Amino acid sequence: MATDTRVILICSGKGGVGKTTLTANLGISLARQGLTTAVLDADFGLRNLDLLLGLENRIVYTAQEVLEEECRLDQALVKHKQESNLSLLPAGNPRMLDWLKPDDMKRIVDMLKEQFNYVLIDCPAGVEDGFKNAMAASQEAIVVTNPEVSAVRDADRVIGLLNTNSIKPVQLVLNRVRPKMMANQEMLSINDVTDILALPLLGLVLEDEQIIVSTNRGEPLTLNSVNSPAAKCYLNIAKRLQGEDIPLIDPLKESSGFGAKFRRLMQTKIF
Amino acid sequence: MTMTLRDIINKLLRRQPASASTARERLQLVLAHDRSDLSTELLDQMRKEILEVVAKYVEIDVDEGAVSLETEDRMTALVANLPIKRTMTGQIQLKEPPKQSEEETEGTDQKS
Repeated sequence: MATDTRVILICSGKGGVGKTTLTANLGISLARQGLTTAVLDADFGLRNLDLLLGLENRIVYTAQEVLEEECRLDQALVKHKQESNLSLLPAGNPRMLDWLKPDDMKRIVDMLKEQFNYVLIDCPAGVEDGFKNAMAASQEAIVVTNPEVSAVRDADRVIGLLNTNSIKPVQLVLNRVRPKMMANQEMLSINDVTDILALPLLGLVLEDEQIIVSTNRGEPLTLNSVNSPAAKCYLNIAKRLQGEDIPLIDPLKESSGFGAKFRRLMQTKIF
Repeated sequence: MTMTLRDIINKLLRRQPASASTARERLQLVLAHDRSDLSTELLDQMRKEILEVVAKYVEIDVDEGAVSLETEDRMTALVANLPIKRTMTGQIQLKEPPKQSEEETEGTDQKS
């Protein structure tokens, strides 16, 4: 039995910022470090985590059947083919709406805690019941946002709710960073976002076309394309979660040459 | 409010500022409102009432005055900037003369 299981909520408020992709890649990265990890898809209305992990055809039962004692937990857990430390548990079936309550979520997470080092909860978008259920079972949280006004605004709402529910620590992942646009000051900078949201930065993830390829295949980047820019970022985030001191990538240094030097000069703060 | 070399050059050339600074300013404003949970109407009403109260004591430049919400480090503050034209000394009388302050000093005496 794992005694000090970490239960981490992965949330964002706004949809489409990369929660599920982060959950899948973080799950794989932690599992690769030898840590038993369960990823729980709390978004049973529109579930996608199974698809990103390539496990969509292997789901037989969900957490709902476990809670109703129609099956055992290990029958509902879907073990990843290549990474046996990683298991997926869907919260429910898309056809069964509104059955899940905060207490159900707590019960299922308590069961998972007995077997796993990490439980990552992929939270549905929004700040309504789906989010509240997922939050009820969580100890700490990772807020994912993009350097865009709407994503940052929604993240701020979520952070307010996490704070009032005493979830801590709450850390930030800044996703879909485009170094060139940031250097041209046509995208909110890392400091802009961390200053506004007042959260410690767990990591940033560079925009990477390979993400689309990986979702097409149902193979997270951290599984087979570990050298792609985004995969490196995800691996770093997993290491930092484990307490390793990995320096952040400086997006301005990602682009090199005269152009990059000039853009850096233009970013000099005068006052 | 920070300014970068690019912002200054843009200003000198009268070009539009880079959009990141616009995003930053818009976000700060909208978050101050989101966090305080005050609607624009309520804020307007409060602004009016604050001005009315202040106007009893000093003559203020209403056009130059501003009452706004500012936010930093997840703390929201109500900031009023009200330029005073002149004070209304001699025209107003204290409602409850020294009595209140006496009570206060008594209180502190007892503590010490």
